[in-house]
Amino acid sequence: MTASALLISGITKRFGSLVANDAISLELGQGEVVALLGENGAGKTTLMNILFGHYVADEGTVEAFGQALPPGDPRAALAAGIGMVHQHFTLADNMSVLENIVLGTQSPWSLRLDRAQARSRIRELSRDFGLAVEPDRQVAALSVGERQRVEILKALYRDARILILDEPTAVLTPGETDALFATLKMLVAKGLSIIFISHKLHEVMAVSDRVLVLRAGRIAGERTTRDTTRQELAALMVGEEVQAPAVAPVSRGRALLTLDNVSTAPLGGGSRLDGVSLALHEGVITGLAGVSGNGQAALAALLAGTAVPADGVMMIDAEAIANWSPRTALAKGVARIPEDRHAVGTIADMSVTENVISERYRSERFSSRGIVDWKAARGFAETLIRDYDVKCPSPDTRIRLLSGGNIQKLILGRALDPEPKIILANQPTRGLDVGAVAYVHGRLLEARARGAAILLISEDLDEIMALSDEVRVMFRGRISAPSQRGERSIRELGELMAGHGAEAAHHAA
Amino acid sequence: MRLEAKPAPTLAVTLLFPLGAVVVTVVLSSLLVLAAGASPFSVFGLVVKGAAGSPFALVETLTRATPLIFTGLAVAVAFRAKLWNIGAEAQLYAGAVITVVLGTGALPLPALVLIPLLMIVSMVAGGLLLLGPAILKTRFGVDEVVTTLLLNFIMLLFVSMLLEGVLKDPMGLGWPQSQRVVAEARLPRLVQGWRLHAGFLIAVLAAVAVWVVMKKTTLGYEMRAVGQNAEAARFAGIPVNGVLMKTAFLSGGLAALAGFSEVAGLKGNLTLDLSPGFGYTGIVVAMLAMLNPLGVVLAAIFVAGIFVGADAMSRTAGVPSYIAEVMVATALLTMVVAIMLTRFRVRWR
Repeated sequence: MTASALLISGITKRFGSLVANDAISLELGQGEVVALLGENGAGKTTLMNILFGHYVADEGTVEAFGQALPPGDPRAALAAGIGMVHQHFTLADNMSVLENIVLGTQSPWSLRLDRAQARSRIRELSRDFGLAVEPDRQVAALSVGERQRVEILKALYRDARILILDEPTAVLTPGETDALFATLKMLVAKGLSIIFISHKLHEVMAVSDRVLVLRAGRIAGERTTRDTTRQELAALMVGEEVQAPAVAPVSRGRALLTLDNVSTAPLGGGSRLDGVSLALHEGVITGLAGVSGNGQAALAALLAGTAVPADGVMMIDAEAIANWSPRTALAKGVARIPEDRHAVGTIADMSVTENVISERYRSERFSSRGIVDWKAARGFAETLIRDYDVKCPSPDTRIRLLSGGNIQKLILGRALDPEPKIILANQPTRGLDVGAVAYVHGRLLEARARGAAILLISEDLDEIMALSDEVRVMFRGRISAPSQRGERSIRELGELMAGHGAEAAHHAA
Repeated sequence: MRLEAKPAPTLAVTLLFPLGAVVVTVVLSSLLVLAAGASPFSVFGLVVKGAAGSPFALVETLTRATPLIFTGLAVAVAFRAKLWNIGAEAQLYAGAVITVVLGTGALPLPALVLIPLLMIVSMVAGGLLLLGPAILKTRFGVDEVVTTLLLNFIMLLFVSMLLEGVLKDPMGLGWPQSQRVVAEARLPRLVQGWRLHAGFLIAVLAAVAVWVVMKKTTLGYEMRAVGQNAEAARFAGIPVNGVLMKTAFLSGGLAALAGFSEVAGLKGNLTLDLSPGFGYTGIVVAMLAMLNPLGVVLAAIFVAGIFVGADAMSRTAGVPSYIAEVMVATALLTMVVAIMLTRFRVRWR
């Protein structure tokens, strides 16, 4: 390691009673890649927001190249040569690559844009770092991988010497990931320093020189990548050895929900469903793996009732669905655990009581003749808080003040209380601590033992492997043939996720 | 300067913020009073005296507050569901037009039947008027701020056309005004000889009713859920568009009651100056009340007091009564800032 590029010392940041960062220190050498590893909610993003001046730390200092950075000033961070590539891209779709890159680098009063010069500079950077992208194309027409290259170019164009990448591979295919890693190697060779934020162990092992593990806002450990193992990092990350849940064999019952050649209309950014056939059986957990954006969101929306089939037949209990909506889904006994528990699963500024009745406030139990029975609702909230071990002061507490794990337990309780026949669990444990993960898994397995048919959508292959009785993989809106528990290895699933699907599926089938 | 989210405010803080907003409003308006060459102390003393210094003043203030309670409730109900109804002015006139059309002798009914009937029909007219923008919003994503705002001008011109045409009073000496409503359509005075009428009681009852709806009913729950997070509400099976339609109908109906009450309770006929912007002032009232229906009553009386008091003040102190408009506008701005400050902490570094 040569001279230090970045020195973070003793950063502490509190949000109310939550300590998001607790006395975190980090030194980044020039030409070094340091991985910041931790589960969602461990404090990685908060730390980077402080570094970049979006938040002001309560304690601690940041120095770049020996100069102290004034807190709360993103311009100073930019001027000091810090560039950030966000997980969610910050590009203007309706502008060209070139325009996006030079945006903000010029004085707002300058009327002229020297395109030729900017273009040649971008070409040069593209060539030097293997970031192939055509400066005059519209961003809207670019693939996800290309957009990420534009983000990196944007930082390099501003002479970034320190590059922060926040979960850069979350949206990439394995091939694009490899290309990104090659680019990172070239950047480091030119003396840039990189902070690589991730919760994926194998990437951290592949790309970093040093790993800093964060857990619950604190540094759980620091290791030189050469001298550590995935197992050790995993243990540091979650605090204890991950125990695979014990899964008792359950006999496979009849099909409760079937999709026959179902396609959906395009939905947002992800892929649509393209001729998907699938059956969810009693007592079976069907695990759905795949790189995010390959149609999982469309399938989840379909089961949740927020999307309808454009083509093909969807049946519940051997009966074709009619007037499909969230309300119909609930009436048909479909329980839904949504991917985004904060924005979709709950209403942050409403109380626990108000949230737990949101799917059933019209039932006889909670209202009659249009008048809500708040006493019954509160009683239900108290029951869930007790039975699902939710840590919250009272049923009147606003959801906003609860931790992600406790919110998820409430959602789980709300969904499972009516003993649903069919359960959609979309990323049910993302960002939860290990105790909460085990709890969620336990409850899902209980529901399976009771005979529920469960669709588990997860980006966490270990979770899929541990829970699922059969595993399917989604790629570009199509779904693979199922494999039984333990039939395919993680590597084989990875191949399917990368789209080398057809023949692999054939072998397995 | 940056904003950081902070945890939910305590009740005390929630109550202190509107008060603080009022104090800041008075301080800022004092600057204008000074510029007009008068002493802020004597001017604001006169405003308070003019608004509440005598039984007569108080009754005038309550009379003025009556339409503001209705429009304030209309806005509070709509804003709670994040339906940005800026068109209470138009809905008010819709209620007034219907009241005049049916209340000038077309229906020979006793007061006990005619008055409730006029109220219901007014509400339907106002409700229907807001349904249009609500449908455009839910079907085509047309911004209801624009449509409801522009409908105000359309409605005002429409009323102008009616008053120059079919509704023009033949005995009105050529003025653009309607015939007077019949005696059976008039709301009784609360105190003989003073202008305060039963519309004020109806307004207070309406506030209590809206409070009950918001607090106790499934509809109120749906409206709050849709306003807080429409996506989560939709996911939970709440029919978001249907809720917005009901909200629009209720909101428009409440605003229309202001028009009914001004015609049937106060003026007796329809003129183009029936409302000096009650619909817009209702927005200030609702914001000052932080969208609480019972708070709307207090906020409406407060705002009405400023207007009535400023009128009285300008007669003696020689400061233009436009100071009232400035104060009300300032109060809206300071209140918006205050509401923001209950949710976020400002970091100056």
